[in-house]
Amino acid sequence: MAEPARDLRTECLTINMGPQHPSTHGVLRVILELEGEVVVKATPVIGHLHRGIEKLAESKTYHQALPLTDRLDYLSPLINNLAYCLAVEKLLSLEIPPRAQYLRVILAELTRIQSHLVWLGTHALDIGAMTPLLYTFREREEILNIFELTGGSRMHTSYIRIGGFLDDVPEEFVPKVRSFIDTFPTQMKDYEGLLTKNKIWMNRTIGVGIISAEEGIDLGLSGPSLRASGVKWDLRASNPYSSYDHFAFEIPTGTHGDVYDRYLVRLEEMRQSTEIIKQALEKLPTGPVNAYNPKVVPPPKEKVFESIEALIHQFHIMVEGFDVPPGEVYVPVESPRGELGFYIKSDGTSKPFRLKIRTPSFVNLQSLSTMAEGRMVADMVAVIGSIDIVLGEVDR
Amino acid sequence: MEELKQKFPEAVEETKSHLGEDTITLKKEYILPVCKYLKSQGYNFLSDLTGLDLGVDKEPRFQVIYHLYSLTTHKRLRLKVNPPSKNPTVESVTPIWKTADWFEREAYDMFGITFTNHPNLTRILLPDNFEGCPLRKDYPLRGR
Repeated sequence: MAEPARDLRTECLTINMGPQHPSTHGVLRVILELEGEVVVKATPVIGHLHRGIEKLAESKTYHQALPLTDRLDYLSPLINNLAYCLAVEKLLSLEIPPRAQYLRVILAELTRIQSHLVWLGTHALDIGAMTPLLYTFREREEILNIFELTGGSRMHTSYIRIGGFLDDVPEEFVPKVRSFIDTFPTQMKDYEGLLTKNKIWMNRTIGVGIISAEEGIDLGLSGPSLRASGVKWDLRASNPYSSYDHFAFEIPTGTHGDVYDRYLVRLEEMRQSTEIIKQALEKLPTGPVNAYNPKVVPPPKEKVFESIEALIHQFHIMVEGFDVPPGEVYVPVESPRGELGFYIKSDGTSKPFRLKIRTPSFVNLQSLSTMAEGRMVADMVAVIGSIDIVLGEVDR
Repeated sequence: MEELKQKFPEAVEETKSHLGEDTITLKKEYILPVCKYLKSQGYNFLSDLTGLDLGVDKEPRFQVIYHLYSLTTHKRLRLKVNPPSKNPTVESVTPIWKTADWFEREAYDMFGITFTNHPNLTRILLPDNFEGCPLRKDYPLRGR
């Protein structure tokens, strides 16, 4: 047998992962430096989906800029709408009626469940479990049907508007939501039965992609990813908005900060969301869904079709917009991925002077290197999935 | 806010409270020590960092805005510094918060604000050979 060469030269191998890679959840490119199968350095390269939403918004009126927010995190459009509207409403000092606030909570929580379902299905698929995807998309379909019922659109809803809603929800809405949350907890057992005690799942996720609470805070990590490291911080509880303080819910946390804990935290979050929806449906007030402010809120659609005054009014608000008092606000909400913040600076005109969107995916992705370095290449996929990024939101 | 004024009397240029949000404008030389102090006072989470172009003929033209958050008291604080209009430069806060890394790269990318002592100040969202800073007010919406 030949002797191995004495002067064997070893060096790191640099390979590209993505941007066309099914498990990078979009167009993420990661430059991996490998030593054998071990990742020495992982550098995310982003920007492939950059559409200049912040620049675009400066040229649009406040109403016209709303549909842009759907296109950030396309898995949670209603929460993006909500965050943007809350920021503009704060600048305008608008009072939102209680019914609208409760409906916003219901829709936001449905969005959270829907987003987590997509995450769970694709994350499990990445690691090699195909079945959960079929189950989670079955439930997601029901939620999308509810969205379609409200705003007429399934993904880019733009249903939450400045001052309230496009319109009140139809009669079928409440029974449909109720029947969904009645069946959902039992359906969740299907996924848990497939994954939680599954030996392969546990081997692939436990102890993988660990991040400590201190590192997470330093890196700006937020949402379920930070809670899995043991930080009990949820903006819905710590800085309640849209009457979240009226509902009782628990904040699930993990202890190890690994992929498995992030999985458990998100599962429990879905259960807590159904609890919130249940309480909100029980206490759902009656009354208007729009703030009373004819300068900002367009007239009801049926009036627009009947009277010329209402038509002019609608046209005026949609095309010319309304002036927003000068000032600046930063309004964060808890999106399925973490802290989603809108910073708006107004100069008193009908267009935002500056709109900065602090998106959780952009910030959370920074911790990818910390989580993945020193692990095997195969763990990369599990780690990327567990951060739950949406590239539309990373690149804006 | 009052505490900060006493601790750094020469650093604070202006304080403002509007719509329940507190803003402190600082002299740009003091951003690092003030952030260090605020972090020790509980503002341990850097929520956001962004640039701002107030207009081509404005003086000061640029601003860098920091949104701090306290995970213990759940309070927020906004800091502002005004870098000079020509060659806007601010010291990087990456030694205090690692999360500032990508935020500062984005501000550099979009506004051309330079952050000294940043570990890797390159474009982040736009390609490396891109010319101009798109979020500056003199950059046209479409075409160049």
